[in-house]
Amino acid sequence: MYNAGQYDVIVVGAGHAGVEAGLAAAKRGAKTLMLTLNLDLIAFMPCNPSIGGPAKGVVVREIDALGGQMGKVIDKTHIQMRLLNTSKGPAVRALRAQADKVLYQQEMKRVLENQENLTLRQGMVDEVIVEDGKVKGVLTETKAAYYAPTVIVTTGTFMRGKVLIGDIEYESGPNNQRATVKLSEQLEQLGFDIVRFKTGTPPRVNSHTIDYSKTEIQPGDEEPRAFSYETTEFITDQIPCWLTYTGEFTHQIINENLTRSAMYSGAERGTGPRYCPSIEDKIVRFNDKPRHQIFLEPEGRNTDEVYVQGLSTSLPEDIQKRLLETVPGLEKAEMMRAGYAIEYDAIVPTQLWPTLETKKIEGLFTAGQINGTSGYEEAGAQGIMAGINAAAKVLDKETLILDRSQAYIGVLIDDLVTKGTNEPYRLLTSRAEYRLLLRHDNADLRLTDLGYQMGLIPEERYERFTTKKQLIEEEVKRLKSNIIKPSEDVQQLIQDLGGSPLKDGVRASDLLRRPEVKYDHIKQLIPAEATLPNDVEEQVEIIVKYEGYIEKSMQQVEKMRKMENKRIPERIDYDDVQGIATEAKEKLKRVRPLSVGQASRISGVNPSDISILLVYIEQGVRSKASNE
Amino acid sequence: MEQDTIAAISTPIGEGAIAIVRLSGDEAFKIANRVFKTKELTEVDSHTIHYGNIVDPKTDELVEEVMVTVMKGPKTFTREDIIEINCHGGMVSVNRVLQLLLREGARLAEPGEFTKRAFLNGRIDLSQAEAVMDLIRAKTDRAMNVALKQMDGRLSDLIRKLRQELIETVAHVEVNIDYPEYDDVEEMTHDMLIDKANHVKKEIHKILQTAKQGKILREGIATAIIGRPNVGKSSLLNKLAHENKAIVTEIPGTTRDVIEEYVNVRGVPLRLIDTAGIRETEDIVEKIGVDRSRQALKEADLILLVLNGNEAFTKEDAALFEAAQGMDVIVLVNKTDLELNIDMDKVKKAANDAPIITTSLLEERGIDELEEAIANTFFEGELESGDLTYVSNVRHIQLLEQAESALDDALNGIEMDMPLDLVQIDITRTWELLGEIIGDNVHESLIDQLFSQFCLGK
Ligand SMILES: Nc1nc2c(ncn2[C@@H]2O[C@H](COP(=O)(O)OP(=O)(O)OP(=O)(O)O)[C@@H](O)[C@H]2O)c(=O)[nH]1
Ligand SMILES: [Mg+2]
Repeated sequence: MYNAGQYDVIVVGAGHAGVEAGLAAAKRGAKTLMLTLNLDLIAFMPCNPSIGGPAKGVVVREIDALGGQMGKVIDKTHIQMRLLNTSKGPAVRALRAQADKVLYQQEMKRVLENQENLTLRQGMVDEVIVEDGKVKGVLTETKAAYYAPTVIVTTGTFMRGKVLIGDIEYESGPNNQRATVKLSEQLEQLGFDIVRFKTGTPPRVNSHTIDYSKTEIQPGDEEPRAFSYETTEFITDQIPCWLTYTGEFTHQIINENLTRSAMYSGAERGTGPRYCPSIEDKIVRFNDKPRHQIFLEPEGRNTDEVYVQGLSTSLPEDIQKRLLETVPGLEKAEMMRAGYAIEYDAIVPTQLWPTLETKKIEGLFTAGQINGTSGYEEAGAQGIMAGINAAAKVLDKETLILDRSQAYIGVLIDDLVTKGTNEPYRLLTSRAEYRLLLRHDNADLRLTDLGYQMGLIPEERYERFTTKKQLIEEEVKRLKSNIIKPSEDVQQLIQDLGGSPLKDGVRASDLLRRPEVKYDHIKQLIPAEATLPNDVEEQVEIIVKYEGYIEKSMQQVEKMRKMENKRIPERIDYDDVQGIATEAKEKLKRVRPLSVGQASRISGVNPSDISILLVYIEQGVRSKASNE
Repeated sequence: MEQDTIAAISTPIGEGAIAIVRLSGDEAFKIANRVFKTKELTEVDSHTIHYGNIVDPKTDELVEEVMVTVMKGPKTFTREDIIEINCHGGMVSVNRVLQLLLREGARLAEPGEFTKRAFLNGRIDLSQAEAVMDLIRAKTDRAMNVALKQMDGRLSDLIRKLRQELIETVAHVEVNIDYPEYDDVEEMTHDMLIDKANHVKKEIHKILQTAKQGKILREGIATAIIGRPNVGKSSLLNKLAHENKAIVTEIPGTTRDVIEEYVNVRGVPLRLIDTAGIRETEDIVEKIGVDRSRQALKEADLILLVLNGNEAFTKEDAALFEAAQGMDVIVLVNKTDLELNIDMDKVKKAANDAPIITTSLLEERGIDELEEAIANTFFEGELESGDLTYVSNVRHIQLLEQAESALDDALNGIEMDMPLDLVQIDITRTWELLGEIIGDNVHESLIDQLFSQFCLGK
């Protein structure tokens, strides 16, 4: 063993969580080391070559608003970009990009290499050095000891990873990388509760061997869009995806070979996600469905590999080949990689504080799939938060905990640390109670201030942001104070739009609230002094049009905040609290919520338990006061 | 300090003549003022008592005559502003006042919450903290027991069914949002949502209607017997009561004041009100009686309109029908043992849809038919078998009312052409409110529903 150096923050892993963690910590000013198994696979996408989608796309924007990297890199390296849910309300719109998997990695590696305060190194971490319940550093398999008061473990699905294809199984991380075994064993020895999860991928096929004429084209949007608020250059040369379906024969082959699937042969122990079922799963659980969608997604510009989305499977390789032959367009497809299921260790996330520091070992943070989530975006979100908070700890700066009304990131982390999860956790818009507030269009308005405070947003960008905010406020104010009179032009316009004519003058904002009226119409009637940028106009329209609903959500948030602001003393002894139901007590002891609000979200903790807790806390506050 | 204003009945539930509704919180005065129509409660001195009327601001209907105690914080039990409303009319009227306050912005207090606030606001000594916690625990247990007991199994089944319908709808909307490209899931439309919302709303409305029946069961159906003098009204009361309660003579104008009698007709409790025969009169005493009859008629749930079959249909009879318009009416053509002189066609026309029963109270004929008609009017025959689902718990009623208005919000949103994902907020809210009634409000079940209902994923 040799002393390989002293750092403030060590990040173990350079996947989607690791890179955001490393960058955030370094940007905050912490001397940061990133250790990864393979420097050629930084920010690798072992599953879909795609980033974003409902809820997840909003998260990418949130990461960006906090000064993270994911959005910027995908903006530069995608092969197609789409805005989803355009026919629905503003709250659920989201971007999704198909990534060029290789370019994405290369670009991300560049960014890391250019980051001040950040050192990149290849190496397998075998052990976290722990003394007196505090983390001291890490030890690699080549016997290098790196020292730091904080360590962020972001080892994804590598922890005791095991790949399963039919009845074949072997120890491996995703894409045949080495699994991380010793570290996982050590965490278990340190007393962490570990669960076994699994996920899967579909086969990849060679593009030249696909008959695209039998499929439907899925092009990207014509209008250029970007995740990042810093992106100014847009990719115009896009590559389409293609849609096809499974059919009767696909289902027949699966049914005949079900016992040969790793999933159904009883070999697998891990819990798979319901939202990402294998094709075997879909056929078994929904056997009345005559067909399932298959999306063909190119993996990049410089490769012929195509990802067969919808055909995730752990059937044996020969069956996978036969399956592909039954799908229109893939009859002659050459399988370049087989699909597989992967089983891995995750730590039970209720063992974390909302800062993502573990409760057991001071200074040890975990982020990403190791915490039981799935998805690059969920990983990135935890990464940036862990990076911010680890740096805060070392540098004695502000920590950052987002609440459920501030960001999907807040929803994600609160769910994990408060409720835990019994399957790989994926963000869904329905997990957010205030999703109208958590829109993809206002992520910057929600979080840029915080990102700036954390030191992750450059000055120039922040100035641009404040101007935007000001323009929005002024324009909303203008619409609320400006009266539109029922002049001939106005009546004509309203009639053209199919609305009922004005009886009297109305506020511009009230007129905008009519379903048929858009901001563009208002602009026509009462032009603003200077032309406003598109994103400002969009924001004004949303704020005014949905004001009623937004107000309602805000009121609920107010209520929630009150409980959120009631802190629970860190040293509370729940055994000392009379009257709390036994089940609730157990849960409270395990989760150790920071606030009464968080406590109330633990399942099994009832309103009466909360009432009693409030009284108990008050009792403590008062007896303390009377002792002084 | 907690900011919202809570309300609850603070006297033990029982037969006690006086029941108190207590309000505590920042808005106590404001909320009370909205329903107390006699004085500006915001302007009176603290710790004073005021007599006046509670009026439903929506309908302007008089709810109750009350005494209101106004106490400004912090010199109060909870250290917050407190209003106490003393009601005399027993449980039913006190419940009505409470419901009104809840509708006007108060929240139903949790068990022990007044005491909890008193403690949190420093009114109760530290040494009593444990006692406060015990109280909350005990009260919660008791309240749960009571609520459970009060809840009819059929009611909870019904609510479960409605929730299932709602959650399927919500899951459908969610799937469209979270999996926009999956084409095996039909896109939810405004029209589909209108149908669902309307259907559930109708069902909730029905349950709330039975709340009214619940009240009726406890209080009796206010049943006014009206008719010209001497047609046999008092005789009818005596027959239904199986007792000679009212004086019966041949002299028109015998009954001069309102006589009340509780009777049970085939399980339907009636509060029978015999009235003075309505006619133009110079007799001062009788005149007062007649005025009271008119009042009784207005407040009744059911009208038994008695005609004399032995006499022609008069203008006065016609005026009675007019006065009873829009109410539940049963028409009795009495004295059918005598010659039938009344024009039955006229009666039928005047009665419109109301059932007509021919009776001879003297010979005790037609009474069975009458009893059946009464039972049918209120319970459509259901009560006989005891087969009636009803809510009586104030908390449940409040939640149902909130659920109904959440559905209204949803329907409103649809009308305003709001996107479905916004409309869905109110549908989800309805689902949560109904869940609170049956004590099931786990958000996770939405996600479970999502994945069991649809085949999703990559
Ligand atoms: N023949 C006959 N007489 C009846 C019948 N019902 C009531 N009477 C008689 O009619 C007279 C008046 O009956 P009441 O019951 O006092 O009539 P009322 O409507 O209460 O009269 P007021 O109180 O004066 O308004 C009495 O003499 C009864 O005995 C009936 O069905 N047949
Ligand atoms: Mg009489």
